[in-house]
Amino acid sequence: MEAIKLHYDVSGNDFTCAGEASGKIKRELKGLGFPNDIVRNVAIAVYEGEINMVIHAGGGVIDVEITPECISLDLIDEGPGIPDVSLAMKEGFSTAPENVRQLGFGAGMGLPNIKKYTDEMIIDTEVGVGTTIHLKVYIK
Amino acid sequence: MKISEIQTILNAELICGADLLESEVFTACGSDMMSDVLAFVKEQAVLLSGLVNPQVIRTAEMMDMKCIVFVRGKKPSMDMIDLATERDIVLLRSDLEMFTACGLLYKHGLKGGSGI
Ligand SMILES: Nc1ncnc2c1ncn2[C@@H]1O[C@H](COP(=O)(O)OP(=O)(O)O)[C@@H](O)[C@H]1O
Ligand SMILES: [Mg+2]
Repeated sequence: MEAIKLHYDVSGNDFTCAGEASGKIKRELKGLGFPNDIVRNVAIAVYEGEINMVIHAGGGVIDVEITPECISLDLIDEGPGIPDVSLAMKEGFSTAPENVRQLGFGAGMGLPNIKKYTDEMIIDTEVGVGTTIHLKVYIK
Repeated sequence: MKISEIQTILNAELICGADLLESEVFTACGSDMMSDVLAFVKEQAVLLSGLVNPQVIRTAEMMDMKCIVFVRGKKPSMDMIDLATERDIVLLRSDLEMFTACGLLYKHGLKGGSGI
């Protein structure tokens, strides 16, 4: 089977729409017949990434590549970048403002959650340029 | 426990999902922090929350949850109701506060997601 490639735009100015791309990706994977736990792990990881794009980076794009062996996702933004990645990866670390916290996010659990639900996570980031997070989930 | 029993125990108003009230659920979690909910997947089927925005529905969607109970009488918007309806998620609304709602469901046999 040839790899399936999907592309989604994530709008940066509407928090209420955040998660739309993740929902589409989830339904796509379900439709392709991947096991429920894999679909859910991918959905949670990409959802946290999508939320981050919206609250920290003014939006971005998500590229997905699907093969029977592996689901790869690239979450790409042109936001402020992450100055200290190991600090950002710590549970509880967050620079999210109070208004984001009132919306139920900004607990500093997003990046750790993404790591937890994926097999590979690589963060490419440069301050002032943007952030790309590469994710892989293998189908065992 | 059936979702209809949750409705009765919490004296809750059904907002949408009448056709799904007879679904069985075994575990629940209560939180206003969506990242905390997303951190622990243990097949929780019910989310109790005092937070009202579309991300509560999205969170339940990503987690394959079947039912959301809004506590403290919180009212979801029409957009949220439409989204939940599309995703086959039952929405309930109770005047009880979080602690009491969770306590009542726990007493009636619904368990937390962590297996404890
Ligand atoms: N795409 C991004 N662009 C810029 N900064 C980011 C991005 N994603 C995460 N960060 C930074 O990393 C921190 C931790 O992220 P995360 O664990 O998701 O927690 P939260 O989003 O709750 O703050 C954020 O507070 C922010 O400073
Ligand atoms: Mg986050």
